[in-house]
Amino acid sequence: MKKWLLTGVASAAIFAAAGAGASDIKQGGSMIVTYKDDVSTLDPAIGYDWQNWSMIKSLFDGLMDYKPGTTELVPDLAESFEISDDGLVYTFTLRQGVKFHNGREMTAKDVKYSLDRVANPKTQSPGAGFFGSIKGFDEASSGSAEGLSGVEAVDDNTIRVTLARPDATFLHVMALNFASVVPEESVAEHGADFGTNPVGTGAYKMTDWTRGQHVIFERNADYYQAGLPKLDKITFEVGQEPIVALLRLERGEVDIAGDGIPPAKFLETMKDPKFKDQIVEGKQLHTGYVTMNVKMKPFDDVRVRKAVAMAINKDRIVRIINGRAVTANQPLPPLMPGYDSDYSGQPYDVAGAKTLMADAGMADGFTTELYVANTDPQPRIAQAIQQDLAGIGIKVELRSLAQSNVIAAGGEEDQAPMIWSGGMAWIADFPDPSNFYGPILGCGGAVQGGWNWSWYCNAELDERAKKADAMTDPSQADARIEEWKAIFTAIQEEAPWVPIFNEQRFTIRSDRLDGPDGIFVDPVHIPVHYDHVFDKGVQ
Amino acid sequence: MPAYLFRRILEAALILLGVSLVTYILLFLLPADPVRQIAGRSATAETVESIRRQLGLDLPFYEQYWRYLTSLLQGDLGRSYIQRSEVAELIAARLPASLLLMVAAICAELAMGLTMGIVSAVRRNSSTDQSLMVLSFVGVSAPQFVVGILLLYVFAYQLGWFPISGYGTFGHLVLPAMTLGFMGAGWYSRMMRSSMLNVLGQDFIRTARAKGLGKARILLRHTVPNALLPIIAMIGIDIGIFMSGIVVVESVFGWPGIGQLAWQAIQRVDIPIIMGVTLVAACAIVIGNLLADIVALFVDPRIKLK
Repeated sequence: MKKWLLTGVASAAIFAAAGAGASDIKQGGSMIVTYKDDVSTLDPAIGYDWQNWSMIKSLFDGLMDYKPGTTELVPDLAESFEISDDGLVYTFTLRQGVKFHNGREMTAKDVKYSLDRVANPKTQSPGAGFFGSIKGFDEASSGSAEGLSGVEAVDDNTIRVTLARPDATFLHVMALNFASVVPEESVAEHGADFGTNPVGTGAYKMTDWTRGQHVIFERNADYYQAGLPKLDKITFEVGQEPIVALLRLERGEVDIAGDGIPPAKFLETMKDPKFKDQIVEGKQLHTGYVTMNVKMKPFDDVRVRKAVAMAINKDRIVRIINGRAVTANQPLPPLMPGYDSDYSGQPYDVAGAKTLMADAGMADGFTTELYVANTDPQPRIAQAIQQDLAGIGIKVELRSLAQSNVIAAGGEEDQAPMIWSGGMAWIADFPDPSNFYGPILGCGGAVQGGWNWSWYCNAELDERAKKADAMTDPSQADARIEEWKAIFTAIQEEAPWVPIFNEQRFTIRSDRLDGPDGIFVDPVHIPVHYDHVFDKGVQ
Repeated sequence: MPAYLFRRILEAALILLGVSLVTYILLFLLPADPVRQIAGRSATAETVESIRRQLGLDLPFYEQYWRYLTSLLQGDLGRSYIQRSEVAELIAARLPASLLLMVAAICAELAMGLTMGIVSAVRRNSSTDQSLMVLSFVGVSAPQFVVGILLLYVFAYQLGWFPISGYGTFGHLVLPAMTLGFMGAGWYSRMMRSSMLNVLGQDFIRTARAKGLGKARILLRHTVPNALLPIIAMIGIDIGIFMSGIVVVESVFGWPGIGQLAWQAIQRVDIPIIMGVTLVAACAIVIGNLLADIVALFVDPRIKLK
């Protein structure tokens, strides 16, 4: 039996390392964060958008989390865990004395209840599918069994999860919001309105929600991590257009513009010397790509696909979006473990592209369609692609449609020859390369209504992917990532996609606040890791 | 009168039924699949179907509509797909803010429009008249989001007289109410001007002058009240016009009303909320028109009921 044990000392060291001298920072103060949309829900089983993702993370905890500002897994409500030799049984020992916001102590029963709740079809959780590897998931999700048979509360402090198949991403799944621990009595009390009356174990507790105006978080004095969170209070003001939020931030009325810098003001803001120290740039787990449907002629010919990949000027596309991205040459974003920094893919080479077209017997080009979402800047990007491809004789007709129509077209085997993914692109749910394969490049996603819009299905790679995800032994972790790296390089050699760019994130904050840069563009606590932000005024 | 009212209420009910049917059809025909949106991109086909069944979205159109209608009659507008809260509760929480804004906008448009109209009529064909009429033309034609952002930029951001955005104090109310009322002010100033000129040309005004009454007295006692009659009847109709205006104005100023709710729901294809707000807006328009007709009946005895 392999054992990963993190004692209190070790985990304290991790959190101390998170912010330079984080322990010296005094608690207190407050901040105002703005968003355009009202908060949809704070129920961790339901919430799945950019706005509530890190809010939920501040209200709730799960068994696992990430080291702030990084993609490195660390235990959260679990104090330690063990993985059986076959990689099928995970035994978590819970931290003792962790209390819900209602004062009751959290136990293994709550963990079991919370996981069962997400799998229960009545909850209608968009995260249920992530629990697919847990034993008994199919029965629980179809409603034929009450709860997940693979999840047992052994005693108050021990929870044992048995998997139906080895799944190296399981610990990431336990760090998703969907795996947050909730108290049964509060869910029972509020029913479907638990999302507006959240009760968790997190660093903050919600104290007020006035529809259309604000949501207020206050410091959970009983939070298990000493010294956290830094602020006493966060006010989320909603209904604020990003442009208005920026004006208010400039006047000192707002501390973080949650929706970021609006595109129309981006260059101006970035060049403005007074914002120089207030903007933090970071990476995100995002790739924007053009899919080519390998089941539709002439994209069944790898030479044609490569020619397309070589004909597109990615630098120009990045300029179109004011440099808010870096060019990409492979499916995985640079932030993702398994990204191959030595790989160059199909570099921009128009002459080479023409040669490939001639080799494929397509010297005279052909006519095809590019589907694109109809919201700015996507049509402009599609036009750039259209011009580039005209350079090698491909006449592209643009199909600019509502996002949902593009998604629907991609899910049909014979409808969309090419799709520009902008606005709908894959952003990883968790920092593991596996999450970038199955649904969007694997055979499992190449089904009607699926997200594999290039309909690329390589049985051999699928087999390798499956084996890679069965490498659950921590000592194999590096080998597993290497294998994933090789899988993605192999895919790009067949060019079902043209990876175009990886979007960067920019967070703008007032100079009242501080904290390590990483937490303002946290790759997981998106957009900001609220727990670690501190107020300079109280230091 | 009671018979008239009864007939109008019956008409109103039919209109609302029609609105609900047309909106429901439009939303039904929408290519977006709400179930996939709820289920998320990692959902299995079984999960998608299970949610579809639970929401009754697998039923044929007429059955879905019938279900909606029957629960509507019991005051149940359903639950939001995205927020998962009761639509009725979401609307009720935001309705007071919208009503406040609309009342303030009516005050603003009357204050601006009537003043402009009276001054224009009194100073007919002067440069003041001409510039006011150009302004009213701008008011009628300028898109509200442009007016809103302009006012916000000048009076809130540059001059700092008002808060930039939000809700709560009288200061927060001024700019959104002005923006919403600006268009109506344009209409009212033109109507008031022509109505004033019309009244000023009447015999009784000449008689008043002949009696030796002062200019101010003629204006305030004899002209303005008579010129106002056709305008009062319009106010009810404004409520309907405002229903479309608040979607834009509330979004620009971060005003927590149902217009903003509608805008957010449209962007997220949250069908139950779109349905709910549309019905509330339709109610407001119907009630506004009814009020306008009744008021007209009282202020102008020339209108007779058939």
